[in-house]
Amino acid sequence: MKKHLARLYTFLIFFFLYAPILVLIIFSFNSSKSTAAWSGFSLRWYSELFRDKSIMKALYYTLLCAVLSSGIATVFGTITAYGIHHMRRRPQKILLTINNIPLLNPDIVTGISLMALFSALAVLRFKLGFTTMLIAHIAFNVPYVILSVLPKLSQMPDDTINAAMDLGATPFYAFRKVVLPEIKPGIITGAIMAFTMSIDDFVISYFTAGVGVTNLSIQIYTMARRGIKPSINALSTLMFVAVLILLLLVNKYSDEKEQLMS
Amino acid sequence: MKKYSAFPYVIWTFLFILLPLLLIGYYSLTVKNSQTGELVFSLANYVNLFNPLYLKVFLNSVYLAGIATVICLILGYPMAMIISKMKHSQTVLLLFILPMWMNFLLRTYAWMAILGKNGFINQLLSLFHVQMELLYNNNAVLLGMVYNFLPFMVLPIYTVLVKMDKSLIEAAYDLGCTPWRTFRKVIFPLSLPGVISGVTMVFMPAVSTFVISDLLGGGQSVLIGNLVQEQFMKVNNWSFGSAISVILMLLILMFMTLLHRIDRKYEGGTK
Repeated sequence: MKKHLARLYTFLIFFFLYAPILVLIIFSFNSSKSTAAWSGFSLRWYSELFRDKSIMKALYYTLLCAVLSSGIATVFGTITAYGIHHMRRRPQKILLTINNIPLLNPDIVTGISLMALFSALAVLRFKLGFTTMLIAHIAFNVPYVILSVLPKLSQMPDDTINAAMDLGATPFYAFRKVVLPEIKPGIITGAIMAFTMSIDDFVISYFTAGVGVTNLSIQIYTMARRGIKPSINALSTLMFVAVLILLLLVNKYSDEKEQLMS
Repeated sequence: MKKYSAFPYVIWTFLFILLPLLLIGYYSLTVKNSQTGELVFSLANYVNLFNPLYLKVFLNSVYLAGIATVICLILGYPMAMIISKMKHSQTVLLLFILPMWMNFLLRTYAWMAILGKNGFINQLLSLFHVQMELLYNNNAVLLGMVYNFLPFMVLPIYTVLVKMDKSLIEAAYDLGCTPWRTFRKVIFPLSLPGVISGVTMVFMPAVSTFVISDLLGGGQSVLIGNLVQEQFMKVNNWSFGSAISVILMLLILMFMTLLHRIDRKYEGGTK
């Protein structure tokens, strides 16, 4: 009895979570504009999606921004984490507290405060656009990278670096050959986190991108406000499938790795 | 290399974390002189907030976010417990958070397509000649919040439950505790850290959202986030928008201090 109840509950919650997505997917293949009445199978909205220049441009900006911001944030964050790890306790605590601000502040406050900064810097010919959006993304990505690299650094015994240096390695060589392999899992986690945060971000981009530049989230927001458009359904289906494939690949990769390890 | 490698980030945090917030604080304490366009010191923005119109918005935001948090807790706690006891709990958890990987805007938009006037539910209802206004009210906003933030509640609770020392629960049973009493006296208090981070992770985005209320609430349900967005993007009154943001930050700070207190009080079991 109790077990059946648990099953039923799980089913209901999963239904609640997946029903909206399923509706979007099913009606992306609808031949009419309706998202409620089925009038036949068609790929019309998919071809319309790919012909939509504004969506394609938004997709380009989204991917470019995600790749650049997560890449830069990963390198920057890793180097910083290494420095923070070796700091004295007090300044370390202060810097980590400041590092936490973007994580704890509501997105909207981070967004408007950066917008205010960029506008105040307008005197220096700093206009809202792709660069400002990129800087904003780096700014909210670095804290995540730092927080995922730091624990790996603390797990590592300091003696190994000292041993490498005693044996004549330069600090940079020791970092590359001794530290980097140890903290690699943390770096990868940080990079993946930064990438997904950047792809999914709406609020901060909305305030920092300016007029000419849009990413997918901003595009969907403006389209949804104007009313339902079936090509968004097609877009969501494609994005969902992409995420699903990505997750399966990651899962398979980690499974294989586990098998190799054992 | 060790010594200086955090140094660039110190400058970066000053430029892109501290300075922007200082700027917001500065704007909130100034108003634009209508003749010269200069910013002059004034507390007018904060006084303006006591206008009943804005107080109502604040109350509405806290009320909706609070209800959404409670619903998420009631729905999420049993879910986390059920998943933690499953055989393939890792896979089920992955399936649970999978919808979260879909764009936040799309997930909210999906509900527009379902609840709308010509939406899925109303088409079904029209078979019985019934029409309902489902979209553009507080309930739709509430639904959007619960839908989007439920995983934020389940994840931390799940993590705590999985790590919990099972022998404590067995001990309670051995000593004659009923299941309900075991839950109340052992499991729930031990899972409190998870509950608290879940509550924070739901309440914070819910109280500051403007997307959900914008898309699902129409113009009907204005929240703090909508006010801020309006002041910055439409009305162009950055000073007032900044003052609202400062209050929003204070609100969240107060909320987190309160939760921290509760966490402290219960640390190490109940009394």
